Amino acid sequence: MNTEWVFNLYVFVLATFVGYQVISRVPPLLHTPLMSGTNAISGISLVASLIAAGSSHFLSQVLGFVAVTCASINVVGGFLITDRMLRMFRRKPEPAARPTLEGGKAS
Amino acid sequence: MTPTGVVVSLSYLVASVLFILCLRGLSSPEGARRGLVLGEIGMLIAIVGTLLHKEIVTYEWILGGMFLGSGIGIAISGWIPMTKMPERIAFSHAFGGLATALVGVAEYMREAEHLTSFKMGALGFETFLGFLTFTGSLMAFGKLQGVITGAPVTWRGQNFINIGLFVGAIAAIGVLVFRRDLSQVFFGIAGTGLALGIMAVLPIGGADMPVVISLLNSYAGLAACATGFALGSQVLIISGALDGSSGLLLSMLMSKAMNRSFSNVLFGAFGTALEPGKATGALVAKSYNEATVEDAGAVLKASQSVIFVPGYGMAVSQAQHAVRDLAASLERRGVEVKYAIHPVAGRMPGHMNVLLAEANVDYEKLFDLDDINDDFARTDAVIIVGANDVVNPAAKKDPSSPIYGMPVFNVEQSRSVIVLKRSMNPGFSGVENELFFQPNTMMVLGDAKKTLLSMISELKEGGH
Repeated sequence: MNTEWVFNLYVFVLATFVGYQVISRVPPLLHTPLMSGTNAISGISLVASLIAAGSSHFLSQVLGFVAVTCASINVVGGFLITDRMLRMFRRKPEPAARPTLEGGKAS
Repeated sequence: MTPTGVVVSLSYLVASVLFILCLRGLSSPEGARRGLVLGEIGMLIAIVGTLLHKEIVTYEWILGGMFLGSGIGIAISGWIPMTKMPERIAFSHAFGGLATALVGVAEYMREAEHLTSFKMGALGFETFLGFLTFTGSLMAFGKLQGVITGAPVTWRGQNFINIGLFVGAIAAIGVLVFRRDLSQVFFGIAGTGLALGIMAVLPIGGADMPVVISLLNSYAGLAACATGFALGSQVLIISGALDGSSGLLLSMLMSKAMNRSFSNVLFGAFGTALEPGKATGALVAKSYNEATVEDAGAVLKASQSVIFVPGYGMAVSQAQHAVRDLAASLERRGVEVKYAIHPVAGRMPGHMNVLLAEANVDYEKLFDLDDINDDFARTDAVIIVGANDVVNPAAKKDPSSPIYGMPVFNVEQSRSVIVLKRSMNPGFSGVENELFFQPNTMMVLGDAKKTLLSMISELKEGGH
């Protein structure tokens, strides 16, 4: 009897559990980067698309090509835009720094 | 397993661990970028590992697709303004759904006769969920972009039809497991997924988009999981589970923040209980304090503490920089400034946080509902920038209100409330907001950005 699916079910249940634990610690502040980050990670379906596009079956190649394109958009775009967002979330210097700068210029 | 197979599998294991570490990094803004780099490395390892796969015999289509997709990805992520983030997220869910669905179709055409029953079922789910996510996300995109009306579109028996389509698709997947040669059944499942995606999102109003987007995120993850089961690929199962649980968690948080039951969300028919226009009649009769920028400026000059409450209106008028500038000029006068962020303000989870971060607001000044709600009573002035339902006291007092029970900000407890709003029309939900008619509320009508900018010059001119 083929028991591969039981094994995969184990993986699924444990991964869901880990995912839930890790993600419930993400503060609301970062919910949008979380969403776009997981979106980039789920672009891992690129892996499956690669196999479809690289097969010897013509129709599978064409469908795979479209799938590879879509998944690449998500992987590349997802990581880039998440990084762009996270860069903005750095702690800012105290606003008091600005008057000092202006004062320095005046004197 | 061949030695190459072992290398491929191990590369997937490393990738999976790196993905989990990537998400772990997101638990604080300090570690988030480092975490993201781990995720990128994981993705690179998984892709390189896959290219060693024995089933890959040609590389032309692969390289073409990767080149094209990366180009589009770079272009979109560089060009898109932060206010359009919900649209981009919806769009990328559509791409993710389409990719998994097409992989499912390709797999069916190549391998149908070799698959185990379990894998055949997983393939059916993959294709169904993939296409559902694809059209559902396109609909959400259309609603956000205003191509499709943001108001709920409803008709008689809608829930019944949607549940029928869902049950039908599940039954068809059952048939497919036993009669995999019936390609009509397979393509029927695909078609049902496409149809259900459209039907399920049509009845949902614009203000409910945060829940929908989170839910589509979760569907996209489940579709990737199903792909993993169909192909026997653990890295897909793990990544899909991570994506699915994050979407699930976010949609539960969002529905809790709107006081909707989760089953209500799952059947996708909310927004139907609200009858737009029903409450609008009474609006004209009631009187409200329409205030000028000068009046608002006078209040702000006399204030020691100010809380900003941003909503979707801030995103629409792109007013986040103006908000920050007003906050900065208040701070220069020694005023204590905070920002109150409701979980469902805007069109996706965390929408307001991203916009304010873009405008260089220190994230330590952004407060969640529970952390700031007791502060309003001690606050001199609240400035509401394009928020409506999240500041509606009816949610606390009026059991007949459609939003009754939704946790809202206690803004009415502060000494004065300044509301920046385009007009006196109620929002999508059509729910009247009593706050606007209270004696301590000043309505400053017009474009929020312009109003904020004139408030800044008002503060400058007036002196102390």
